[in-house]
Amino acid sequence: MSELAAKPDLLFSGADWDFETLQRTLDAIEEIALNDLKLDVYPNQIEIISSEQMLDAYSSHGMPLMYKHWSFGKHFARDQMMYQKGYTGLAYEIVINSDPCIAYLMEENTMTMQALVMAHASFGHNHFFKNNYLFRQWTDAEGILSYLDFAKKYIAKCEDEYGFEEVEAILDAAHALMDQGVFRYNRPPRLSEADRMAKLARRAEHEEMTFNDIWRTLPNTEEDEEEKEVRQQEVRFIKLPEENLLYFIEKASPILRPWQRELVRIVRHIAQYFYPQKQTKVMNEGCATFVHHYIMNELYNQGRIGEGTIMEFLHSHSSVVFQPDFDDPRYSGINPYALGFAMMEDIRRICERPGDEDRELFPDIAGLSQKGGDWRDVLKDAWANFRDESFILQYLSPKVTRDFHLFAIADDAKEAHVEVSAIHDERGFRRVRERLAAMYDLGMHDPNIQVVAADLEGDRTLHLRHEVHNGRALSEKTKDAVLTHIETLWGHEVDLQEKPA
Amino acid sequence: MNASHFIDRRKNPKGKSLGNRQRFLKRARAQIKEAVNKSLRERSLKEIDKGEKISIPAKSTAEPRFRHDPETGEREVVHPGNKEFGQGDKIKKPPKGAGKGQGKKASTEGDSEDSFQFTLTQDEFLDIFFEDLELPNLVKRSLKEIKATAWKRAGITAAGSPTNMNLIRTMRNAHGRRLALKRPSTREMNALKERLFQLERIAQPGEEEVAEKKSILAKLEEMEARRRWAPFIDPLDVRYNAYEPTPVETTAAVMFCLMDVSGSMGEREKDLAKRFYMLLYLFLKRRYERVEVVFIRHTHHAEEVDEETFFYSRQSGGTVVSTALEKMLEVQKERFPAHEWNIYVAQASDGFTQSGDAKQCVQLLQDAVMPVSQYYAYIEILDERELEVFSSEDSGAELWRAYRTFAPAWPNFAQTRIARPQDIFPVFRELFSKSKREAA
Repeated sequence: MSELAAKPDLLFSGADWDFETLQRTLDAIEEIALNDLKLDVYPNQIEIISSEQMLDAYSSHGMPLMYKHWSFGKHFARDQMMYQKGYTGLAYEIVINSDPCIAYLMEENTMTMQALVMAHASFGHNHFFKNNYLFRQWTDAEGILSYLDFAKKYIAKCEDEYGFEEVEAILDAAHALMDQGVFRYNRPPRLSEADRMAKLARRAEHEEMTFNDIWRTLPNTEEDEEEKEVRQQEVRFIKLPEENLLYFIEKASPILRPWQRELVRIVRHIAQYFYPQKQTKVMNEGCATFVHHYIMNELYNQGRIGEGTIMEFLHSHSSVVFQPDFDDPRYSGINPYALGFAMMEDIRRICERPGDEDRELFPDIAGLSQKGGDWRDVLKDAWANFRDESFILQYLSPKVTRDFHLFAIADDAKEAHVEVSAIHDERGFRRVRERLAAMYDLGMHDPNIQVVAADLEGDRTLHLRHEVHNGRALSEKTKDAVLTHIETLWGHEVDLQEKPA
Repeated sequence: MNASHFIDRRKNPKGKSLGNRQRFLKRARAQIKEAVNKSLRERSLKEIDKGEKISIPAKSTAEPRFRHDPETGEREVVHPGNKEFGQGDKIKKPPKGAGKGQGKKASTEGDSEDSFQFTLTQDEFLDIFFEDLELPNLVKRSLKEIKATAWKRAGITAAGSPTNMNLIRTMRNAHGRRLALKRPSTREMNALKERLFQLERIAQPGEEEVAEKKSILAKLEEMEARRRWAPFIDPLDVRYNAYEPTPVETTAAVMFCLMDVSGSMGEREKDLAKRFYMLLYLFLKRRYERVEVVFIRHTHHAEEVDEETFFYSRQSGGTVVSTALEKMLEVQKERFPAHEWNIYVAQASDGFTQSGDAKQCVQLLQDAVMPVSQYYAYIEILDERELEVFSSEDSGAELWRAYRTFAPAWPNFAQTRIARPQDIFPVFRELFSKSKREAA
């Protein structure tokens, strides 16, 4: 209290928070985010939850509404144990790509952490969600919550009607194909899909409003002729090979009943919804971390947060962006926060204080600030128009490569040695950059499996093909289990060929 | 400006993921059960009703996805933190298997590829722990004590007190009646009034307008009348939630713990007995809403004591087992009438008693104790060496032999021997297992 009295400008002091303080701090953060950084965000909805509720949200893809499934229970059990034993902390926040943008704050956080999290989630991630082209094109921020609500109710209804086991069998099988259940290259048939989602959400809403015991409609058991005609029409339009297995199965499976198709569709929609997030981890976290770092420092410069707060903030911030070396026992790959933040800071540096190599590599942005340009615009342009792979290819500088001491290791399973193929020197820079970018190409990461043929009139065998890349075969450990799941959905034989590309 | 706002969700109902957890436990039930049983064999029973960390094979709850096999093909991966490598350096791969060293290590500590660890809550643990165990199916088990009455929902009635009014039903009925009786809505009336107002503002109304005004007035009057006749809510519409008192039956049990505390019973013996009592107590607690425990210790005379004294204080003296039975009967008659209580007795002893007393015990059991008891368990606590000596059922200390002669007549009497802590649970299971009950 004494600190507050001495410095009337301070937003808060000490660890405790109340809603008034939160609001005051949010206003100050918003001021910087909108007027200084000129971010463009959805309206914010900030929810205070307990750590237990955070665990709840954690276990089901971080979504506030999710249908029931045992795998979420499993994740919850694991996370809960890890948390209670103190192996891991909880994330400070969860944020949802929706309009309004929902962010969760944990009640246990100190006021400094709440400020950090609000800057990070409610402005950083929020801006990214609203502006990045992948999210704009592929996800539907307005519709997602009502769609999830519909999905949850629909699945609960199916469980009542057809039993746990029946529903579980379909969901298990569909979950196994989530990585192969997205449209990667061609855009999903967006308009009709969006319409469908809207229609279903409306239908759910309508059912709710006109709920009547007598007329209660169950998820339909049989499809009528018209529906069947429409569906078969859609199947005829699918051009093989089709990379989205869930889509193909949902439309063409000879055995699924309409409600089962709906379940597959729900899983597919959710996979597609999360697909942009998987492709922009580095950028998304980099953007949010850059924004919170900028805002917190700015608050400090304005004298609105005190020494103690900024020290606590720096402590958390530096553990968030900590990157252990490859030979450190804590190493588990590149930390997207660390790489993302370093690259965002670096872009600002290139704009303001470029070196010779920067001028050569980034002629468009190097020294932009001296030419009357603004690094903010460069960053916002990057946030809007790239995904991790292309972002790294475009913006990774030799300086960041050196700072991280990046090096590439080529590993051929046939050889007894691995070879260092490039290091952070002048010769190796381009190769390191290209390899690092490729690591974020999900098309390379997830096995590429396509439907090549399905004999719908004849023996109904579903023919799949794995496009083998660089000789990497499918892991035998999971292959058969997944194939069994596909057979559950397809109802007839499924054949998977490995084809060297 | 953006409309940002806060919502306090901390008071929202917890356990949103309970449904998921139940689904998960159900799915892995067989593995979890095995893990629970295994963990029981290995650990002390002291914390038996606590939650338990268990580890089950990950395979049972695997979520398979297509993955690349790391041991095929070529890949090139970028890592941070280069120290001494230069381009073109070759590094020998660790031998197969050794590379997984870290994974192996992790599997003993926490979660890994092969096992999945999590914590069961106390209830879940006990559920699985006591699964397949059943209380002996005895005559008196149906005994109920009526403790209280509770009000239960009993549908909807047309009469009741205003506080119990069911608004939804009432409004629904009213809505239906209004539709049926064609009650003019306020909106319709307002529209007409609006028109009337317009007409009245015309300074010099024409003939047509005068006529319209008239007709509107007439219509409004009729509507008013109709509205009076078909009111918004009619007493006929009103419905009330009905409640009726239902007796709540509670079942109660009393558990008598009898133990010999004479010099021959050492710490070890008492500890074994205690574990058995604890199991029995937990088991009863799950089956009865109320469980009372009476501790009776005896040397050459018996007394009722509290738990602390029962287990930890020592007393010297001779051993007369029948005194404990007498004391037990005395307490039972005084406080636990047999028609109200399910009575369980567990007796622990090293089997020695004053000569001639065994006969007295059998007499007491036969005449007084067994007729009122649901179940009587006699546990003889032996040395490990003694267990080998008394490997046959027939040989044993005096009390054991005496009980052997009388036991066959009473199916709800059980006697068994314990020498090691790990015997307790199997013995307990044996005493209460469903299949044995059915066979008996």
